Amino acid sequence: MSKMHEVEAKPTALLDTMPRIDAWDKVTGQALYADDVRWPHMAYGFLIRSPYAHARVVKVDIEAVRGLPGVLAVLCGPGSVAAYGIMPSTQDEHALAAKKVCYLGEPVVAIAAETLHQAEAAASKVVVEYEVLRPVLHPGVPKSHTALVHPEHPTGNLFKAVDLEFGDMAGGFLDAWTREDRFFYQGNNHVAMEPHAVLAYWRPDGKIEVSSSTQAPHYVQRELARALDVPDYRIRVVAPVIGGGFGGKSEAFPHEVAAVLLSRECGRPVKITLSREEVFYTHRGRHPVSMRVRTAIGPAGRIRAMEFDTELDGGAYGSYGIASTYYTGALQPTTYQIPAYHFHGERWYTTKPPCGPKRGHGTTQPRALLEIHLDRMARALRMDPIALRRQNLTPPHSVTVNQLEITTSGLAECLDAVEARSGWRERRGQLEPDRGLGVACSSYLSGAGLPIYWNPLPHSGVRLAVNRDGGVQVFCGLTDIGQGAQTILVMLTAQALGIDSQRVRVYTADTGMTPVDLGSYSSRVTMMAGNATLQAAERMAALLLHVAAERMGVAEVDVLRKGEDFLVPMADRITPWDDVVKWAEEMQGPLSTVGGYTPPPALGRYKGSGVGPSPAYSFSACVADITVNTRDGRVTVHHLWVAHDLGTPLNRSMVEGQIRGGVVMGLGEVLMEAQAFNPDGRHRGPHLLGYRIPTILDVPEIDIVLVGEPEPRGPLGAKEVGQGPLNPVIPAVINAISDAVGIDLTETPITPDRILRALHKQERGRAQ
Amino acid sequence: MAGTLLQLTVNGHPQTVWIQDKTTLLEVLRDGLGFTGTKNGCAVGQCGTCTVWIDGVSRLSCITLARTVEGRTVTTVEGLADWWRERHPEDVYHPLQSAFVAEGAVQCGFCTPGMTMAGAALLQEIPHPDREEIREALGGHLCRCTGYEQIIRAVAAVGDRGKEDVR
Repeated sequence: MSKMHEVEAKPTALLDTMPRIDAWDKVTGQALYADDVRWPHMAYGFLIRSPYAHARVVKVDIEAVRGLPGVLAVLCGPGSVAAYGIMPSTQDEHALAAKKVCYLGEPVVAIAAETLHQAEAAASKVVVEYEVLRPVLHPGVPKSHTALVHPEHPTGNLFKAVDLEFGDMAGGFLDAWTREDRFFYQGNNHVAMEPHAVLAYWRPDGKIEVSSSTQAPHYVQRELARALDVPDYRIRVVAPVIGGGFGGKSEAFPHEVAAVLLSRECGRPVKITLSREEVFYTHRGRHPVSMRVRTAIGPAGRIRAMEFDTELDGGAYGSYGIASTYYTGALQPTTYQIPAYHFHGERWYTTKPPCGPKRGHGTTQPRALLEIHLDRMARALRMDPIALRRQNLTPPHSVTVNQLEITTSGLAECLDAVEARSGWRERRGQLEPDRGLGVACSSYLSGAGLPIYWNPLPHSGVRLAVNRDGGVQVFCGLTDIGQGAQTILVMLTAQALGIDSQRVRVYTADTGMTPVDLGSYSSRVTMMAGNATLQAAERMAALLLHVAAERMGVAEVDVLRKGEDFLVPMADRITPWDDVVKWAEEMQGPLSTVGGYTPPPALGRYKGSGVGPSPAYSFSACVADITVNTRDGRVTVHHLWVAHDLGTPLNRSMVEGQIRGGVVMGLGEVLMEAQAFNPDGRHRGPHLLGYRIPTILDVPEIDIVLVGEPEPRGPLGAKEVGQGPLNPVIPAVINAISDAVGIDLTETPITPDRILRALHKQERGRAQ
Repeated sequence: MAGTLLQLTVNGHPQTVWIQDKTTLLEVLRDGLGFTGTKNGCAVGQCGTCTVWIDGVSRLSCITLARTVEGRTVTTVEGLADWWRERHPEDVYHPLQSAFVAEGAVQCGFCTPGMTMAGAALLQEIPHPDREEIREALGGHLCRCTGYEQIIRAVAAVGDRGKEDVR
């Protein structure tokens, strides 16, 4: 039986809390983020962006700008030497638009000047002539050639269609009770508090230094190399302290390419910092997805077969789009056993900012519909929604119909926990009018099983050194984007070497100094960099033990560790860590070990099987307690209970922070946030009043329960926590609204006007 | 270009900087004086990351024109510990800084300087704030990482420190 850990409702007993190693720098103002970094004699870059969502670039006149006060360099499209893009099969981006602009805000001209104000002033003198085309705002086959976003794309505005089928679909639907539901999930933005910023320097010797707020320095290095046609080794990408990412800083951006090119032009370091408005236009956030699901249910509420269709509004460029598309079909079977499953996904080009990965990448939208769908089926079958889910849970240590290998799963306990904590059985159906309870489950990867570009190399590498000062250095390419990845590495290293954590320093996110780690995405860092760190540290521990035994003239089995000391009880000898380290350096030279991690091979052998596999999956469940004000349409969330199976929690304070942050982000998605556009392609509110995210006043009581058993594949038993807990919140709230007032909503965000419309529709239905 | 000299005190030291009419206090602090602890999350007064104290009162530096702070005293996150130590020589840091670290109120840290300055200002005004008072005081400060609970706990923890006067 697995063990239940708990974070109390008002947490007091957080057991294994080690403060984050970067917390002091952040509370004293010492932490340097990308825009805080200054290099001598640096210049400021500014991008002129398209004011139209869709237009041909007829003429760009930059001559008027040369010679203006302070202007150092001016560039127009295409900027990049070759097209680039994060996915090898969809390289469709250039740094500066040359012939066509495909979203409002697409960069067209880049200017560097002595000051930002001079760069902005010069920008107003640049003349760009456009031939404006009709914006393409929705997926679908366009009526005319001019409505093709990329006329050269072989399948028109259809970026990519994927189709997968597993099991006996015809048999599954034969003579079965079926239900079909549809839902539109609106897109939304990451809104990391730190806007993107980059500082780039093309050195006189041709080496390129880049300091950028990125989650994936390795991928940025790779993309820059392609975009600029420069060998990878000449480019060094460093991520300084990062002010949040949530997926929004996971690939190379036009401003990064432009900063490098401007620096080459003017011979000085160039910094480009995006405004909040530019962040909304740069986007790469959650795809808007229209979805349909149809499920065949057998006796006792067992799922027999399911078909799931998704249509993603991808925006102007590919970004992570292929992966996003597959992800909208990949993880449905990880929570529920689906014997036969058909998935059809399509991603379409539109003339809006490109969509990409946001926390829960591609799984958040289908999860919402799946969980809403299950509730509606439960209602039709007169079953309790939790009971229906229990009938169908994917068991631990099993393989799903789409060939995903499930190892540990605490999903059943997650449901037990939120059911008990929320008083579900006693309270549901007995609440005051307009108040309701809703439930939902979810699951997420502990790191993608395959890299973005195919290669057989480790996904994470660690080089560990022990110095004669007794200190330990850990080098790893991972990026700490605020989730605490560096702290986890310190904890794991100290644990594996049996030393005080103060001895450990980590050096991360620097392609010029650290072994490759693919980056902070897909909840992969603790699993992959953690395992790589443990391997390097265990090798070092073995090396030191060997040295200690040899120097003390005993067998290795006779040397014990107590605290940092090496003991030989039979000889009554104690040697401190510092001495063993010096012995080892004397005998072997400077001390260094390496560790690497490659995920276990994926089981699937079909096209598309690369998206979905993971070493292990986290599981979560949520119950929401809400009231709908039927007069003004507002939803009040009273309480959320969230249970999460993350294997062994490594740092309770950080785990709690990840869960709370994810849950509140989910609340924002379901009730408030919309990356929505006017008919002319302008963002409806590219600022933090027009695009509201949850404030401290919007947050309800949130109870967190940690469940699950140690995951054998995870470092010290850990699985993911950074993304999973967001997903169940959205459908739990929507299901609670249905429970409260009996309306079936069809799209997010659930704003008061949508509630009122649904209530009016319900009233009309009753009247008839 | 037209401009003028601005004199002000930042973190206890007199400063003179050359400013334009539209220069903001945030620009003076970050670009002019190198106090980059104060963050720029939106530049239009909507996120709270740029919060500093002007004569001890919590203000948004991004929508404060520099010329309006002539002769005044500005405290940023870098100077918070010094400011506290002057009044409490036994401490090295402001207790709210310690509480943010201990309570796990810091994740990416980009909102932290603004949160800390606003929280410390609240503790000046209300030494033992309750949850609602904390929520009210930090209502204009966005955080995307924490879900806010650990921040509330950090401020409350300082307020709960016995009956010791936090002023």
